[in-house]
Amino acid sequence: MNRPIPFDDNPVNGRNRQPPGSPGTQALNIKDIFKRTEKEEGVIRGILRALPIVMGYVPVGFAFGVLAQKAGISFLNTVAMSLLVYAGAAQFIAVGLIEASVPGVSIVLTTLIVNLRHLIMTSALAPFLKGWKASELAAFSFQVTDETFAVHSTSFGSTSLVKREVFATNVTAQSAWVAGTWIGARAGRLVADVEAYALDYALPALFIALIVLQIKKINQVLLAIITGSLSVLLLLAGMDRWNIIIATLIGATLGVLFEQWDPKASS
Amino acid sequence: MTYIPRFLPSMLLSSRPLPPRVIAWLGNVPVSVLSAMLLPSLLIRDEGLKLGLDNVFVWAAIPTLIVAWKTRSLFGSVLTGMLAVALWRSLAGL
Repeated sequence: MNRPIPFDDNPVNGRNRQPPGSPGTQALNIKDIFKRTEKEEGVIRGILRALPIVMGYVPVGFAFGVLAQKAGISFLNTVAMSLLVYAGAAQFIAVGLIEASVPGVSIVLTTLIVNLRHLIMTSALAPFLKGWKASELAAFSFQVTDETFAVHSTSFGSTSLVKREVFATNVTAQSAWVAGTWIGARAGRLVADVEAYALDYALPALFIALIVLQIKKINQVLLAIITGSLSVLLLLAGMDRWNIIIATLIGATLGVLFEQWDPKASS
Repeated sequence: MTYIPRFLPSMLLSSRPLPPRVIAWLGNVPVSVLSAMLLPSLLIRDEGLKLGLDNVFVWAAIPTLIVAWKTRSLFGSVLTGMLAVALWRSLAGL
């Protein structure tokens, strides 16, 4: 994958960059112009990378908006949830629990458990975030979802992630989620059929493609099958909420053991 | 509550070197966690395991896989998967 020349990706950028129009040399001004187009390209690349996510988020956000409206949650609160909570499954579960008048504390705790998988995801991304400022990490972390995590991990370079691409992807993805919610909450009464146009397959298809792009070694296929099956079995055993995180912990550990058993497989 | 699990690790782990075994473990996370989320969404429909020939989500996974493998395009794969499901449903007369 082509990466832009990371012109100002060092953490001290901005500080030693001259403000445009400053009494610098002619050469510096030309470099400034080049920098800006390079920046824009990065943003565009980030937005394009988010497009498959947008295709999934708009319909699912729409479905969430419709459901929240039906559960009697106000338009403002519905959109605020997508802005502030910004978590797919957790938001759907929360709506179900609010509708069933479950006390707030258990809604909050359920949400935490459902989203514990993000602990493992951001841990996996962390080595690629070296040198980021605390404020940047805070902003980035807020917009980590299953899908943005997966997209970022397929675009790992040998070094860290390109900041502005990452943020462009994240902001585009959340905008799609909020926009979908907005339309869904507004059109709540015009009962929408999510099965029409196969919109309910957008996210599964995205996950399939993301897994395929992740697989670089044959034993990862085995890893995917084992972890996936484990997750299904745990779910059938009644461990909803926990199945993803438990299957992931076991799967990732088994993966490390595989590589130790078979040194030929790990190149 | 949705923020804590996303924020803590990136804050704590991004600034320190990690032992190779931990890196290897973390490297397995993307494939593991995505599979752990994907497979239930394909196989469990209406709260029960559906392995039958009538599970369109499993069938549509085949062209999606092939397109993803050959083209490495997320967008193309998602479109293929959705087209496959839409085609199936229109043929089934639903």
